[in-house]
Amino acid sequence: MFANFLNALPGAVSQGLIWGIMAIGVYITYRILDLSDLTVDGSICTGGVTFVVLFSSGMNIWLAMLIAMVAGALTGLVTGLLHTLCGIPAILAGILTQLGLWSVNLAIMGMKANVSINVIDKEMLNKLLVSLRFVQDVAKGDRPFWQHPIFVVGVFTLVIIAALYWFFGREVGCGLRATGSNPNMARAQGINTDVNKVIGLMLANALVALSGALLAQYQSYADINMGRGAIVIGLAAVIIGEVVFSKIFRNFALKLLAVSIGAIIYYVVIQAVLSFTSINSNYLKLISAVVVAIFLAVPYWKGKYTHVKVTKGGSSHA
Amino acid sequence: MLEIKNIFKTFNAGTVNEKQALRGVSLSIADGEFVTVIGGNGAGKSTLMNAVAGTYPVDEGSIVIGDVDVTHLPEHKRAKYIGRVFQDPMMGTAATMQIEENLALAKRRGKRRTLRIGISKAEREEYRELLKILDLGLEDRLTAKVGLLSGGQRQALTLLMASLVRPKLLLLDEHTAALDPKTAAKVLEATQKIVERDNLTTLMITHNMKDAITYGNRLIMMYEGRIVIDVSGEEKKNLTVPQLLELFSKVSGSDEADDKLLLS
Repeated sequence: MFANFLNALPGAVSQGLIWGIMAIGVYITYRILDLSDLTVDGSICTGGVTFVVLFSSGMNIWLAMLIAMVAGALTGLVTGLLHTLCGIPAILAGILTQLGLWSVNLAIMGMKANVSINVIDKEMLNKLLVSLRFVQDVAKGDRPFWQHPIFVVGVFTLVIIAALYWFFGREVGCGLRATGSNPNMARAQGINTDVNKVIGLMLANALVALSGALLAQYQSYADINMGRGAIVIGLAAVIIGEVVFSKIFRNFALKLLAVSIGAIIYYVVIQAVLSFTSINSNYLKLISAVVVAIFLAVPYWKGKYTHVKVTKGGSSHA
Repeated sequence: MLEIKNIFKTFNAGTVNEKQALRGVSLSIADGEFVTVIGGNGAGKSTLMNAVAGTYPVDEGSIVIGDVDVTHLPEHKRAKYIGRVFQDPMMGTAATMQIEENLALAKRRGKRRTLRIGISKAEREEYRELLKILDLGLEDRLTAKVGLLSGGQRQALTLLMASLVRPKLLLLDEHTAALDPKTAAKVLEATQKIVERDNLTTLMITHNMKDAITYGNRLIMMYEGRIVIDVSGEEKKNLTVPQLLELFSKVSGSDEADDKLLLS
């Protein structure tokens, strides 16, 4: 049982890192912009299917990933315009986009429910940046360590964190943070909060789509259901990262790193549950939902509890 | 500097909650004038200020700042000309950002935001010096999150931010109303200092008649969406609170309003 868990660990960490990139996207909307963006369930799939379709047709892998990111940014644009231009609450705007994307994603796949990368073809396989197969290959010594998904996605994550750290320290990035922190103040300082929300949603969903493209490579296919519940995994990663590291990680870059590690922890825990219990894996979504609900509720309960205590203390002195 | 011509604003038009907040307000403020605005609850003071700031569009009339007609400009574009301090201390600053980051945002008011660095080293020194004016010890806490500051400190910081880039017009919407008397006095003092230093054209709403008389060089009183009293110069300087009340009952044609105004 334990050996089973150890064997699966590199795969779980790899997956966690890939989902961590999506979670960083969720962090941008949920924490920095203070918007609950449900587009991600659709846009991660858009990223995955766009990548597979383009890559399978012979396109350069980097270009295919770039276009997948652009497709993700466009989904964010749609949600952003529904929210700012049409005045639809962000959460509902995201749901609408996500629903519409179900059809769009099917259309990208040529009205099929899934598309796959032919990894039996060695030449095709060798072009991939990450693959589940590389995990085993590296373990067997057939490939160098730097082709291990943990290493490759780790580098991706660090580059993304560095780029975001740079961006949010610039004038535009500061404006974005102000928009999320206090839109009234932002407007009074001449910041167009609508434009900033749209930019933030585009940036976030581009990252989500990149994560989808990496995930599709990793599992060598993309299907219409690959994004179901993605937002919950993203939120779980954000919250786990905060709970575990908020005391020691104050710097913005480290906070993003915490989100990525949060995603890894999530997948390692899921793997542990699968390895050590005989639970049907179909229950995982329920478990995830319950865990995230509890983590979201705890700060609220804490606030309420402290409030009650203060009132009691006050009245006893009066 | 500010030219308001016959503006109207009605909220919830056509419903039972219809409220005619502004009924033809015209006001011309010269460069460097410091105007205090008083009036009871619902007189239209805040509506007037928000209309100038662009929080919502007016139904009729025009608003010109300097030589720019801002009547149809959105709020964030008007910000180029306007510095604002709100009644609610939470409104004017970004709580999750640092003191210096808030100042850096204000430093770029009305300018294009680019990919240049959000806050430079030279700026930090400048902010440290400027914060000393407030005399609140904030100059040693540049990297503290604004959310950790008290209401008075946040209000003083907002005031500094509003004047960091010289605004053509400074709007103060009862900016000391939410503060305790001592802090309020301190913020008012800082206000006076900054307005005089930069010779700012200022519009300040207050509920305190004494403050309205003490500060500024012109006083207007609003009642039911109109400006009913407008005094300046020597006449304003010699004004007393009882005189002001008497003046008000004469203009509004009712005595009962006295209590309403005093109590509010």
